Amino acid sequence: MSGKSSSVAWTEFRSNPISILGLVLVVFCIALALFADVITPYPAHVGPIGDFTAINQAPSAAHWFGTDTIGRDLLTRIVYGFRLSLLMAVLVLSISMPVGVILGLFAGYLGGWVEFVLMRLTDIFLAIPPLVLAMAIMGFLPATLTNAMLAVTVMWWPWYTRLVYNVVRAEAREGYVLAAEVIGASPLHLMFREILPNCAPAVLTKLTLDIGFVVLMVSSLSFLGLGVQPPTPDLGSMVADGAKYMPDAWWLSIFPALAIMILVLGFNLLGDGLREAFDAEV
Amino acid sequence: MSCVLRIKDLTLGFRKGRQTAQVLHGVSLHVAAGEKVALVGESGSGKSVTAQLALGRLQQERGTLTTGAIEVVGHDLIARPEAMAPERGHRMTMIFQDPTSALNPVFRIGEIFAEVLRSGGRRVSEAAARERALKALAEVHIPDPARALDSYPFQLSGGMNQRVMIAMALVNEPELLLADEPGTALDVTVQAQTLRLMDDLVTQKGTAVLFISHNLSVVREFADRVYVIYRGRIVEHGRTAQLFADPRHPYTQALLSAAPKLIGGGLPDLPEHSDAFREPLVVHEGCGEPGEVPA
Repeated sequence: MSGKSSSVAWTEFRSNPISILGLVLVVFCIALALFADVITPYPAHVGPIGDFTAINQAPSAAHWFGTDTIGRDLLTRIVYGFRLSLLMAVLVLSISMPVGVILGLFAGYLGGWVEFVLMRLTDIFLAIPPLVLAMAIMGFLPATLTNAMLAVTVMWWPWYTRLVYNVVRAEAREGYVLAAEVIGASPLHLMFREILPNCAPAVLTKLTLDIGFVVLMVSSLSFLGLGVQPPTPDLGSMVADGAKYMPDAWWLSIFPALAIMILVLGFNLLGDGLREAFDAEV
Repeated sequence: MSCVLRIKDLTLGFRKGRQTAQVLHGVSLHVAAGEKVALVGESGSGKSVTAQLALGRLQQERGTLTTGAIEVVGHDLIARPEAMAPERGHRMTMIFQDPTSALNPVFRIGEIFAEVLRSGGRRVSEAAARERALKALAEVHIPDPARALDSYPFQLSGGMNQRVMIAMALVNEPELLLADEPGTALDVTVQAQTLRLMDDLVTQKGTAVLFISHNLSVVREFADRVYVIYRGRIVEHGRTAQLFADPRHPYTQALLSAAPKLIGGGLPDLPEHSDAFREPLVVHEGCGEPGEVPA
């Protein structure tokens, strides 16, 4: 999609203030993550060592979001937490999305037993609550960052399979597929060159929404102690650690939780905006 | 007489489990080179499955049972339906009901055109493809062909898309064009214009056409000969003038009087249960199938 075709979508997107808010939040979070080394006041506080002369300080001019139990600047750790969360979301989705899309494409186009096997498998995955499934997987894997990502990846692809399967089923009935078939296009050509590009708007929208959800999922795992291990700064484990000191040291949980909220909200608003924009174009 | 399409005693059934639904009960028709033939019938009469069989697609699906003979540009499509694959898009092409949905919305007209020219693995350079596409679009009176080639299908009107489809169907100079209710999705005036255009072009290029429609008045303008199909059987066959002047089968008579009128009337009741409805095929004078003794 380029040129004039996307300008309709862009006009629609621009006219919606909520979508723009989402875009601003997303750009803000990505910028923080990219330039974490430059903008954070205490980059050294990423590791296990803090400033023992400033333990458990409430928000102040020196430490905007306060400090934690070993004197590390919370703002610094939250900004690095953004970086980790986004990186994990991108890694998880860059594996689960293509896998899910290709399986959905095959299931939707080929039908028959391919469809039966793939879609029933998908149903099984989707029937289990995602967090429970991820916890089950983490139950027999050591709790590390890589394994947490693996667990989330394993449970994420079925959503794309289901989505693309439905889009393909609808698109396969369009005249252009028959028209291409009639001039002798092969099944692979039909699937990947004719139908797949028409799945792009749906997949792109879901991808944007999912970045928020994956962040939430990974944070939930970390909150439960099944994901990122200390001293790596992670928003979910920060909320969990801080919860022990509520309500006295309230900043320890509240600020990381707000950070998760802003990140997820930003991607959700952007995703919704994209969906409306693509709908308007069609 | 050389036939580009010849169907003889064709039957088609769909099998599901132990049951078989018989759809065609011995259809015979032919299209000679350069001839315009119409196949007319109501929904469910079997006209579209006949086209699907002539494309060589349907008989490759599981659960379809065919007997009889289909011969398209010299290929036997009952014995070897896959033989048709390399010919589609070249010696035989097709035009569809809804031109806008038949063009993939994510590609520019020029890209789709190049694909049509390259169908069957033929090598055509980018520049040559564009030149041929420009020429083909000019033939169907597209005002600014270069601009149309750079447009996406949804940026053109339905009528323009239909003309683009006609240009694509004829650019490889096919011997046979299958037109399955072309332009039914368009409004009536645009449909009439594009049909006239298609008529001119196929006459000029000597392309044979099998025109599938439910609309007798459209067929009257276009076809040399007409087959009327009803419930999987050809019930009447004649030259267009003969058939319209003297419809003999009760179904044809009903179909003719079913043409919408502005005031009153509406659809007549079909005397489906009368004995006349079970009358065998009515063939008008001089219209026998090739190889048969003329009636």
